[in-house]
Amino acid sequence: MNKLPDRLVLEIVTPERQVIKAVVDEVVLPGTMGYLGILPGHTPLLTTLSIGTVTYRQKGKKFYLFLSEGFAEILPDRVIVLAEVVEKPEEIDVERAKLAKERAEKRLADKGRETNVDRAMTSLKRAIARIDVGIRH
Amino acid sequence: MPVLIDLRRRIRSVRSTRQLTRAMKLVAAAKVKKAQEQIFKSRPYAKKMIEVLSSLATRANPDEHPLLKIKGDQNIDLLVITADKGLCGAFNSNIIKQAVTFMEENKNKNVRLHLIGKKGYDFFRKRRYNIKSHQINIFRKITFKHAIDLSHNIIASYTEGNLDALYLLYNEYKSALQQNIIIEKLLPIERLKLPEKETAIDYIYEPEAYVIFDILLPHFIEIEIYHALLESSAAEHAARMAAMELATKNAEEMIDRLTLVMNKIRQASITKDIIEIVGAAEAL
Repeated sequence: MNKLPDRLVLEIVTPERQVIKAVVDEVVLPGTMGYLGILPGHTPLLTTLSIGTVTYRQKGKKFYLFLSEGFAEILPDRVIVLAEVVEKPEEIDVERAKLAKERAEKRLADKGRETNVDRAMTSLKRAIARIDVGIRH
Repeated sequence: MPVLIDLRRRIRSVRSTRQLTRAMKLVAAAKVKKAQEQIFKSRPYAKKMIEVLSSLATRANPDEHPLLKIKGDQNIDLLVITADKGLCGAFNSNIIKQAVTFMEENKNKNVRLHLIGKKGYDFFRKRRYNIKSHQINIFRKITFKHAIDLSHNIIASYTEGNLDALYLLYNEYKSALQQNIIIEKLLPIERLKLPEKETAIDYIYEPEAYVIFDILLPHFIEIEIYHALLESSAAEHAARMAAMELATKNAEEMIDRLTLVMNKIRQASITKDIIEIVGAAEAL
């Protein structure tokens, strides 16, 4: 049997920029069907990603990123994430996210016929995930 | 003295041309900068997208999605991106030349053209080439929607089986002084050479493969076309900037030369006048 790799190369890019490229020990991704933890030697996997937090561990230290929609290719020694939006904790305006959360909650609470529930849910999810990551800063 | 007046008029006209080309150069320079930023930001994503896709196409089962299938090479679509406007050096003619060469090389196949930009469209329409679609005047503001519209048609004909291969031909923005002509095969999606011994791996797909491919593959074509549009637009402005810079320099040289000639004539006429006066005074 082949020796399994003991590290992962994690690359995250968005249409606007390359967010990170680093050697890491573990990655957790917000998959469409639930969070996925990836360790070196993972079996090849292609998955779509939804809104949530990306966590990666590097030399015992944990890092957090906000991610919104995309997909990931996972190979035994590599994780490549292509996403629409990715933000680092220091880039997130937590106050703004809190306001967005309130707005979305209000829209859902007194929803009328014209309320777009899907959209409100999405912005609520986004706001919650942003706050989650933002407060780590 | 009519010659002198003519020269003065000529100099004035060259001077105003110089002003014009200089202004155009400045405008182009500002546009290059904007377009360049847009590209640099989107390049890594587009590059990674290709990597992921090729790796996927190499390893995945081609039956999973119609866009992964390899067919013959009889029906080829060529997407040619030129500019809408001229005054940018050899920018358009280089691309058109390359496109014509491509068609010559594939003479025995059925090559159809998708043309973006007025210059290319005018050229190929006049010569009655097989044009499948064209879009003009989109460079003022390139949006992702343009790319989506374009790829929509192409994908449809690929899945229906009317299309075997798709090539992109455009100017890549290398630097402010250099553009590269790029010809790129977009469909079928290029396979990587597998490293020795490594056989096709079966991916796990989450959700199912066809759901992912349905999102991913068209998105890939869109991104690629969008990226090519951006590259071409930046390259166009850069080419125009260089061309206008050259024109300004030429105008300056011409002004210098004309001024020299004019001064010579002026001096000659003054000398002649003095000689006449002196001659007349002596005669008295």
